[in-house]
Amino acid sequence: MAQTEETLERLGVPADKLEHHRLRLDDDPDVRTEEMLLNVGPQHPSTHGVFRLLVKIRGETILDAEPVIGYLHRGTEKLAEDLQYTQIIPYTDRLDYLAAMLNNYALCHTVEEALGLEIPERAEYLRVIVMELQRIASHLLFIGTYLLDLGAMSPFLYVFQERERIVQMFNKICGARLTYNYMRIGGVKWDAPPGWLDEVRAFVPFMKERIKMYDDLITGNEIFLNRTRGIGQYDTETALKYGLSGINLRCTGFAWDLRRKKPYSIYDRFEFDIPVGTRGDCFDRYYLHLLEMQQSLRIVEQALDQIPDSGPVLGKVPKLIRVPKGEYYSGIEGARGELGFYIVSDGKDKPYRLKIRKPSFVNLQLLPELLRGQNIANLIAILGAVDIVLGEVDA
Amino acid sequence: MWDWQNASPLTGLNFVAMVVGAVVVLAIGLGVVTYTIYAERKVIGWMQGRIGPNRVGPFGLLQSIADIVKLLIKEDVVPERADRVLFLLAPVIAFIPSFMVLAVIPFSARHPFTANLAVGALYYIALSAITIHGVMLGGWASNNKYALIGGMRSAAQMLSYEVPLGLSLVGVILMAGSLNLNDIVEAQARSGWWYIVPQFLGFCVFLVAATAELNRTPFDLPEAESELVAGYHVEYTGFRFAFFMLTEYLYLFAMGGLMATLFLGGWTGPWLPGWLWFAIKVFAFIFFQFWLRATMPRIRVDQLMSFSWKVLLPLALLNLVVTAVLKAFLS
Repeated sequence: MAQTEETLERLGVPADKLEHHRLRLDDDPDVRTEEMLLNVGPQHPSTHGVFRLLVKIRGETILDAEPVIGYLHRGTEKLAEDLQYTQIIPYTDRLDYLAAMLNNYALCHTVEEALGLEIPERAEYLRVIVMELQRIASHLLFIGTYLLDLGAMSPFLYVFQERERIVQMFNKICGARLTYNYMRIGGVKWDAPPGWLDEVRAFVPFMKERIKMYDDLITGNEIFLNRTRGIGQYDTETALKYGLSGINLRCTGFAWDLRRKKPYSIYDRFEFDIPVGTRGDCFDRYYLHLLEMQQSLRIVEQALDQIPDSGPVLGKVPKLIRVPKGEYYSGIEGARGELGFYIVSDGKDKPYRLKIRKPSFVNLQLLPELLRGQNIANLIAILGAVDIVLGEVDA
Repeated sequence: MWDWQNASPLTGLNFVAMVVGAVVVLAIGLGVVTYTIYAERKVIGWMQGRIGPNRVGPFGLLQSIADIVKLLIKEDVVPERADRVLFLLAPVIAFIPSFMVLAVIPFSARHPFTANLAVGALYYIALSAITIHGVMLGGWASNNKYALIGGMRSAAQMLSYEVPLGLSLVGVILMAGSLNLNDIVEAQARSGWWYIVPQFLGFCVFLVAATAELNRTPFDLPEAESELVAGYHVEYTGFRFAFFMLTEYLYLFAMGGLMATLFLGGWTGPWLPGWLWFAIKVFAFIFFQFWLRATMPRIRVDQLMSFSWKVLLPLALLNLVVTAVLKAFLS
């Protein structure tokens, strides 16, 4: 028994909670209790891919958790060293495969910054529209999978209806449903086909209705509230210490959105808010996803009003892109946090070294801290709300 | 009519009739289970904007049968480190009581397949408790951590909800003055109202406790797919897995029958034949369970326990006391 108490103390479980965590059996000298190692994953249905979590539990209390990653490692960063800048774009599609447009943009943006390229107006607007639609699609999937983790099956199938419409629109503009390869350095590959912008315009009110529906159906659900309120809570200080970004940071009440704080592209032309949470718990993280979808719709609406009717969609770009010698970094607000590409160039047409700041990977680092001392029943609720995509974590 | 229910069971024709009766009830049970599974997939599919099974047979009507055939011809895998005897025995222990409880459910006014047991309600509660052993043993014998946690959760949950479930029946039993399910139906017909009206609180407690007892959403923790992978039956394949599934759906049917009998007047009702009334009431319950499954997230395990002991049990006791006092004063 003493040993357990020591372990719990070492792990920083508050003294008033100690009683709660101690097993009654420990007081009985005739009963032998032991810690159990539970292997969650890599084929567990709720790890959102091939993610493995080694959990050490005593009774129902998690003593320690160790994430094991790398099952989906494809060496994107290394492969990029042998690829011309344009050739890297399809590889970024496969990082966070739920938000490929944003990945495309993050790479192109970094190279464009390095080259000092001028992007045609229409291309900028098209980029913003597809990026915000992509953010909505990604957030939708978060809501679906999170509710699926919590045992509700229907939201998962509902969100695919809206996501399908977005994916269909992407299919029309670039011919792919998941790995778009749509952006190019200096613009986008294809102009919007006739009627495409009207389709997006028709989608906005539909999506607003659906967001309201999700709010009605999920947000007030007593069981859902009981499972997420106050669970997986942390404060701004911890979040900053771990370098969290995106919703994982904003849920603590810290308004940090790169679209606002370090405006890139044409985001300074739009009006939108940065929704922030108050408690930094799983519920706030869920709710921020809903609110951010609303803001994305606002941006899409404004972009549709402002987009020039015609014009080039690909700027004047040299045939062979050579990034001048030096080091370049730029980050954008991805669907899961700050997504940044860091390029070291020696003046050739291929990067000397490419480093990706992957928001999922950074956000995942907090997980063991969040899990320690928790009841095993909260494991999936906490893991789901961190919102990782393994394609990005493992890259 | 030949009064088989009160004749000695082990003499000549009676014995034959008993065997035939049992086989018929088994066939009804299996048929109901097959199409309950089909209906569940179809109904939940519609609720979720999908089509549901539609490939095997017209409207997918043969889908469940195809699934059963698949399960039957699958290899019967026993994990190497499993406790072999218990592993093989557990599905049987779980299944047998689920079929035995059907013996006391009165399907219609007069039919020879219902044992006219004087302690019918008690018999149901007592037998259904045996299933927990099968579930727990299955989880234990699999020698798998997820299965073990699932089995233990299952046992804890079913035991906790058995208490309010049992107590919620007592109100009805007090009003009817009998444990015999046939008598309870007749008492309702005599009194002119279904017991759902005077026993509304008891009915609510029963409905919640029954949902938990059946391990249905939002109380489907024992087989929480997203947490425990599949729960206690994670290591089972083929027909042993089918046994666990069969158990669950038979209980769904039986619990619906119990609810219809105790609270909704069983086979009584105007115009339609008795068995049809019974079927309508049972399937209303089953549909309600589908509906819940398409709507609710899963409750957390500690909240589940405190809900049973701190909310349901006091309500069941309150219902019992009020019923007893009213009965004493009114009679």
